[in-house]
Amino acid sequence: MAPAVELRNITKRFPGVVANDGVHFEAAEGEVHALLGENGAGKSTLSNILTGLYHPDDGQILLYGAAKVFGSPRDALDAGIGMVHQHFRLVPPFTVAENVILGDHRGEGKRFLVHPRHIERTVAELGKRYRIAVDPRARIWQLSLGEQQRVEILKALYRQARILILDEPTAVLTPQEAESLFETVRVMAEEGRTVIFISHKLHEVKAVSDRVTILRDGRTVATVDTASATQRSLAALMVGREVAAVERIVRERGIGDPVLEVDGLRAAGDRGVEAVKGVGLTVCAGEIVGIAGVAGNGQRELAETITGMRAPTAGQVSVAGRLLRGGDARAAIHAGVAHVPEDRLHTGVAPSLSIASNMVLKSYRGKRVARGPLLRLRAIRDHAVSLIHRYDVRGGGPEVPARQLSGGNLQKVVLAREFEDAPRVLLVASPTRGLDVAAIETVHRYIRQAAADGVGVLLISEDLDEILALADRIAVMYEGEIVAELDAGAASVEEIGLLMAGGSAE
Amino acid sequence: MIRIERRLEQPRWLAVAVPLGSLVAAFVVMTLVLLATHHPPGHTFWRLLVTGFGSTFALNSTFVSATPLLFTGLCAAVAFRMQLFNIGGEGQLYAGAILGAGAGIALGNHSGWLSVPAMIGAGVVGGAALALIPGVLRAYLSTNEIITSLMLNYAAALVIDYLIFDSLSYWRDTSTPSAKVFPQGKVLPDAASWPIAHLGGIELPFGFLVAIVLALFVWVLYSRTKFGFEVRVIGDSTRAASYAGMRTRRKILAVMALSGAIAGLGGASQDGDFRHTLDPRGLTAAGYGYAGIVVAALARYNPFAVCLIAFLLGGLQNAGYALQGADFPSGLVGVLQGLILFCALGGELLTRYRLTIDRRSRRAEAVT
Repeated sequence: MAPAVELRNITKRFPGVVANDGVHFEAAEGEVHALLGENGAGKSTLSNILTGLYHPDDGQILLYGAAKVFGSPRDALDAGIGMVHQHFRLVPPFTVAENVILGDHRGEGKRFLVHPRHIERTVAELGKRYRIAVDPRARIWQLSLGEQQRVEILKALYRQARILILDEPTAVLTPQEAESLFETVRVMAEEGRTVIFISHKLHEVKAVSDRVTILRDGRTVATVDTASATQRSLAALMVGREVAAVERIVRERGIGDPVLEVDGLRAAGDRGVEAVKGVGLTVCAGEIVGIAGVAGNGQRELAETITGMRAPTAGQVSVAGRLLRGGDARAAIHAGVAHVPEDRLHTGVAPSLSIASNMVLKSYRGKRVARGPLLRLRAIRDHAVSLIHRYDVRGGGPEVPARQLSGGNLQKVVLAREFEDAPRVLLVASPTRGLDVAAIETVHRYIRQAAADGVGVLLISEDLDEILALADRIAVMYEGEIVAELDAGAASVEEIGLLMAGGSAE
Repeated sequence: MIRIERRLEQPRWLAVAVPLGSLVAAFVVMTLVLLATHHPPGHTFWRLLVTGFGSTFALNSTFVSATPLLFTGLCAAVAFRMQLFNIGGEGQLYAGAILGAGAGIALGNHSGWLSVPAMIGAGVVGGAALALIPGVLRAYLSTNEIITSLMLNYAAALVIDYLIFDSLSYWRDTSTPSAKVFPQGKVLPDAASWPIAHLGGIELPFGFLVAIVLALFVWVLYSRTKFGFEVRVIGDSTRAASYAGMRTRRKILAVMALSGAIAGLGGASQDGDFRHTLDPRGLTAAGYGYAGIVVAALARYNPFAVCLIAFLLGGLQNAGYALQGADFPSGLVGVLQGLILFCALGGELLTRYRLTIDRRSRRAEAVT
């Protein structure tokens, strides 16, 4: 029997990156097939290709043995592929039933007059059959995230999707909700539907799937039977880089007194769900502490709470023994907390403003560049010229808008500014994401230099190699908590990879 | 497939080429319209130029038309610069006109040195107070300021109508029997008439000079001060602003107040410079507040460009009045003015976006 889905040699390039590089994938009818990989491994690109959002540069899509070409997402829908996105595609003021028929151009939704009663009955029946009951007349904004996800699944089932893609479906669920989702997934598979389950959480993959395909750096690494794999072996395949290539530099200098102390810190994420759940941390002068973790486990929120961009709901942050006022970024800056944010372009700089303006983004209030209410434009310019020279920023003079710089040079602008005010604490988040090898080397050198100068560095990164190369101590963050703290010398990649994915030693 | 894409960079030559190109396009279309309606295009354009800018008389009228546009243009530019879309210049101008006229009447006919500054102050307070309503709502409740400020325009228009037409308010003239039948505002005392600067034969209204000084002030404020720096950062990226520890709420309040104050000052200038009474009909019919948004957009929020554009649009408006007559219907004047604005604003789009012809998707379709 031909597999339900077969992807042959799929390649998709974006400017500067190959997101999918000759990916092979196949899933049978009635199978739950997990797609496992780190962020940036190419999972999202692959699912976007399968749902007709992207057109592959090369390769073939076969459904039940027949070659298909999707010109648009509608073609994929018509071919029986349904997708539940991580960020839901629902219209909040509409009812469940209305959302279900939205965009349906073959059945009920095509008619000029819709019959809400009929749709509501169908939706209720589907809900009962798959154990995902939702009141069809409820409006989306009244539902919890877990219920909204059920609506997304109902939408796909209503359109008779035979192949269902779930993109990190448990990210917004409580453990209980996740358990009931797995139940639904199994029912769907028993009926002969194919479920593609995208995740980077090992225990889920173990719990729900029949087979696993592992992607790394845009390539298929392996497809294995779940039954014969362990969390540890999957972690090795997922993270599985050449551990020997990791270069650790032992710095000969003492570690000083604590400069950053975080205690019982809690904070809500953008959607109101608690994202930081009682984090405690200490960083000493001259020390680099790495926080490893898969993106979306509360690292960004933690960084924002420490730097005062986000108000904590509980707990406290102190710098060099003095308590910071929560949610006050200015207080954190004055206390000497430098911050290299994850989103360089829209948080780290004001993109349309000149390099010179961005170099004084935090220090414009100070005496060096301001006299009373007036800015000393000459001083600002001179300051920028000297920093551009010292940090070797290429791609433009002080008047060039920051957004015209390449990623590496933009990062140099941010680093130059943050180092310039002699910080006590340096918080860097994903500092080398999207940079080329040479730029990565430069950024790492600056971070080491900062530590050598006695700054306490907190490095948040999804790149394990980076953390292993730089950090003295490693804390692993999972679902808003620090689940382990290890000495960098003693930690193994497999162990950290396992902890990052919420696994426990078997 | 033709797509509209955002330009990543804006080459300098575009800033000159696009307005010129838009103007050429406008004249081409206008020529077609004029030919179709049997009016000689060359002669019409010549008259447009002469009646707008070609004589002392024309220039004086142009300054009268340009002054309120300068105020409302600055009002919009100041707020839009921070991505704060104050559409309420219209209502804030009324508020300034109401308080300005009230101050002028209350202070009687003593001295211009007393009345003029008091009217300016009252206008500023009126406009700023009205603008602070959407400002506070935006800063503390994240209410969309476009809607709230727009709605307040209607509220302000009703208030100004009420004061003269539907009540025996302080502003209404009730001294003669005819004034009781045909409602009108009290005429301001002579001391409340703002002075006029004479420059050769040209008469510059005091309000015009005040507005020029304001433009200079705004330019210094936005390009040379810490306050202006924060406004520019917030306007570009609110996340970057909060990252840098800027107090965004305070800035929203301050910028709304400043924006409203400028429009309110424009309202007081209407009382003191031109109308010498509170004139609801004249003010509501003119729609200065909305025209100011067009001025600000064409000027790309640059205060000096606001001065230039307000002057040109004032001339265009003024030429329109002179052009219309038995042989030239006023509707056609409106069409010509509309065409120039349409092309200018349409061209503005091209400085920020560009059209690309997407060949790749066509190839993809060919494969399938």
